[in-house]
Amino acid sequence: MLEIKNLHVKLEDEDKQILKGVDLTVEAGKVHAIMGPNGSGKSTLSYVMSGRDGYEVTDGAATLEGEDILEMEPEERAAAGLFLAFQYPVEIPGVGNMTFLRTAVNAQRKARGEAEISAGDFLKVIREKAKMLKIDADMLKRPVNVGFSGGEKKRNEILQMAMLEPKMCILDETDSGLDVDAMKLVSEGVNALRDAGRAFLVITHYQRLLDHIKPDVVHIMAGGRIVKTGGPELALEVERNGYGDLLGEVA
Amino acid sequence: MVAEAKMTATEDRLATLTVPAGGGWLGRAREDALARLKAVGMPGRRDEYWRYTDPTALVAPSPAISTPTSDGDPWEGIDTITVTIDAAGITLPDTLPDGLEISTLAQAGEADIHWARDLYGVLEAAGSRPVARPLAMLNTAFAADGLVIRATGPVAKPVHIRTTGTGDPLHHHVVRVESGAEVTILKSGTAGARANTVTEIDVADGGICHHFRIQGPDHGRHVNTHLFARMGASSLLKSFTLSANGELTRNEAVIELLGDEGAAHIACAAFGKGDFHHDDTVWVTHDAEDCESRQVFKKVLRDGATGVFQGKILVKDGAQKTDGYQISQSLLLDDDSVFLAKPELEIYADDVACSHGSTTGAIDETALFYLRSRGVPQKDATDLLVLSFLAEALEEIGDDALREHVSDRLADWLRHH
Ligand SMILES: Nc1ncnc2c1ncn2[C@@H]1O[C@H](COP(=O)(O)OP(=O)(O)O)[C@@H](O)[C@H]1O
Ligand SMILES: [Mg+2]
Repeated sequence: MLEIKNLHVKLEDEDKQILKGVDLTVEAGKVHAIMGPNGSGKSTLSYVMSGRDGYEVTDGAATLEGEDILEMEPEERAAAGLFLAFQYPVEIPGVGNMTFLRTAVNAQRKARGEAEISAGDFLKVIREKAKMLKIDADMLKRPVNVGFSGGEKKRNEILQMAMLEPKMCILDETDSGLDVDAMKLVSEGVNALRDAGRAFLVITHYQRLLDHIKPDVVHIMAGGRIVKTGGPELALEVERNGYGDLLGEVA
Repeated sequence: MVAEAKMTATEDRLATLTVPAGGGWLGRAREDALARLKAVGMPGRRDEYWRYTDPTALVAPSPAISTPTSDGDPWEGIDTITVTIDAAGITLPDTLPDGLEISTLAQAGEADIHWARDLYGVLEAAGSRPVARPLAMLNTAFAADGLVIRATGPVAKPVHIRTTGTGDPLHHHVVRVESGAEVTILKSGTAGARANTVTEIDVADGGICHHFRIQGPDHGRHVNTHLFARMGASSLLKSFTLSANGELTRNEAVIELLGDEGAAHIACAAFGKGDFHHDDTVWVTHDAEDCESRQVFKKVLRDGATGVFQGKILVKDGAQKTDGYQISQSLLLDDDSVFLAKPELEIYADDVACSHGSTTGAIDETALFYLRSRGVPQKDATDLLVLSFLAEALEEIGDDALREHVSDRLADWLRHH
C-alpha cells in the first residue's frame, strides 16, 4: 500500500536534516506501528507523506499503491486515499464540523469523478458513525474542534477518517491526551475500520494504545531512521526497558 | 474658518443641488442642515477624520462612475415586507402588518405634525458633534425622499428596503422603534453610481432594532452611508453589514447609548480585491449606566485592496458599569493589500470594562494544510478560512435563518471571486 524508500528530508528554510533514509513498506490490511523517542522524526514522516509545506525531500521516494505521492498536492493525496490523523487537530472557528466534513467528502468524490453525496445520505452516515464514537449532535454542529477537549478532538479525527474512508491511515500520537475511556473509543473506531483493503501506520510513544489496536509490525524510529523492526513483542520491550537498551543495541 | 479650497469644493458641490420644495418642519430641518454644512464645509484630504480615505470622489460635483454594475436581490428567498426605491420613486407595500407604519419622507413632510420631525436631522446633528459629518449634513439638506418607518409592536417579518438605480441619489430614512417593539430592517441594492444614504434610528426604552445590510458584490460604486442611532433604556440595536462593494465605501455609524442597560452591536464583514477601498468609521458614546456595546469589524483584502477602520468608544462621566468591546481585524491574502486601523478609547468614568484590539494577519498555514489534507482543494480551503475569519461578525445576526442566508451568500460570492 505505502512504500517509502530511502527517504531523506530536510527543513526547507534551514540546513537541518530530519529524516535520514527511511525505508518502510506497509501492506494492505496490515497495521504497522512506529515508536520512538521525541524528536526522532515520526511527525515529520507523517507530514511529508501528507504533503505539508516546509520540508524538502532530498532523496528517496514514496508511493501509494504504486503511485508517486511526493509530487502531489495534499488534497490530491487525500483523494488518492491517504489520511493523517493529526497529533494536534486544528481549530477552525465559524466553520461547522458537519459542513466541513461534507465539503471534504464531496471534494474527494469530485476529485475521483464520483457523484456528490446527498445531504440526506450524508446525515444518515455521519449520525451512525458519530454514535459509535460517542460524538453527539452538538459536537457535529459546533465549529471544527473549537472548545473540544483533547479527547473530543481525537475522536473527531477518527470520525473524519471514518467518513472519508481512506486506504492508508496514518495516526500521529492519537493516544496522547486521552484517558482510558477515550482511548477505548478511539481504538474501537480504528478497529472498526480495519479491513483487508486498508492499511494503518500508528505512531505512538506508548505501548498502551497497541494493547487496543494490535499491530502486525512494530518499527522503532530514532535519529531520522527506522532502527529496528519486529513483531508486537518489540512494543512490549520498549514498555519494559525504554528506548535506551534498544538504541544502545543498534549503536 | 473654512479654508478656501474647502470653500470652493463646497460651493461647487452645492451648485449642483437644490433644496427640495415643500417647506414645513422638513424644510426647516433642511435649511438648518444646510447652514451647518456651510459652516464646516465638505470634507477634504487634510481633515483628520479623512486621513485614510480620500473623500474627493464623494465630494465631487458629479459622480466619477457612470455605469455601476448591478446584482440581483441578495435577500431573495427571505420572506420580507419589501419597499422598493428606484428611478420611478418609492413603492410602498399595499398592506402592512399590525405594529408597522411606513410612509415616504415626502408624505411625512406634508403633515404639520409628525413624530419624524423630532428625529429628522436631529440625530444626525447630535452625531455631528464633536466630529463634523458634512456628507450627512448634505444628505439631510438635500435628500428629496426616503422612508419613515415606525414599529409600535413586534413585527414578525423583516422590512426590506431595496434601492436600485444608477444615478447620484441621496436617501434619508428615519426609523422609530417604540417601547416594547421589535423590527428587523434589511437593506440591499445598487443605490446608484454614487450613493449617499443616511439612516436615523431612534430606539425607545425596551425597543429592539435589527439592521442588516448587504452591499455588493457589484463593482464600480462610490458609497457613503451614515447610521445614527439613539438608544433608550434596555433597548437593543444590532447592525450588521456584509460588504463586497467597490470601488469606494465609507460606512459611518454613530451610536448614542442614552438610557441605562442599553446595548448596541455594530458589525461588518467586508471583502474585496484590487480597486477596493472600504472604510468603517464608528463612534459609540456611552452616556448611561450598565450599557453594553460591541464593535466587530472584519476585512478580507487582496490584490491591493485597502481597508480602513476608525472606531471609538467614548465613555462619558457617570456612565458606570459600561461594557465596551471593539475588535477590528484584517486578513490579508497577499502582500499588496493594506489595513489601516485607528482604534480609540476615551473614558471618563472609573467603573468600566472596555477592551479593544486590532490585528492584521495572513491565512493560517496550519489550518490551510489541515483542510487540504482532508481533500479540500486550496481555493475552497482558503474560502472556508475566510468564512471562518468573518464568522464573528456574522454572529451579530441573531436570527439563524438570516445568518445562514448571509453566510450562504458570502460563500457563494467567494466561490465566484
Ligand atoms: N518545522 C520545523 N521547524 C523546526 N524544526 C522542526 C520542524 N519540524 C521538525 N523539526 C525538528 O525535527 C525533529 C523531528 O521532529 P518530529 O518529526 O516532530 O519528531 P517526533 O514526532 O518524532 O517527536 C525535531 O528535532 C524537531 O525539532
Ligand atoms: Mg510527533
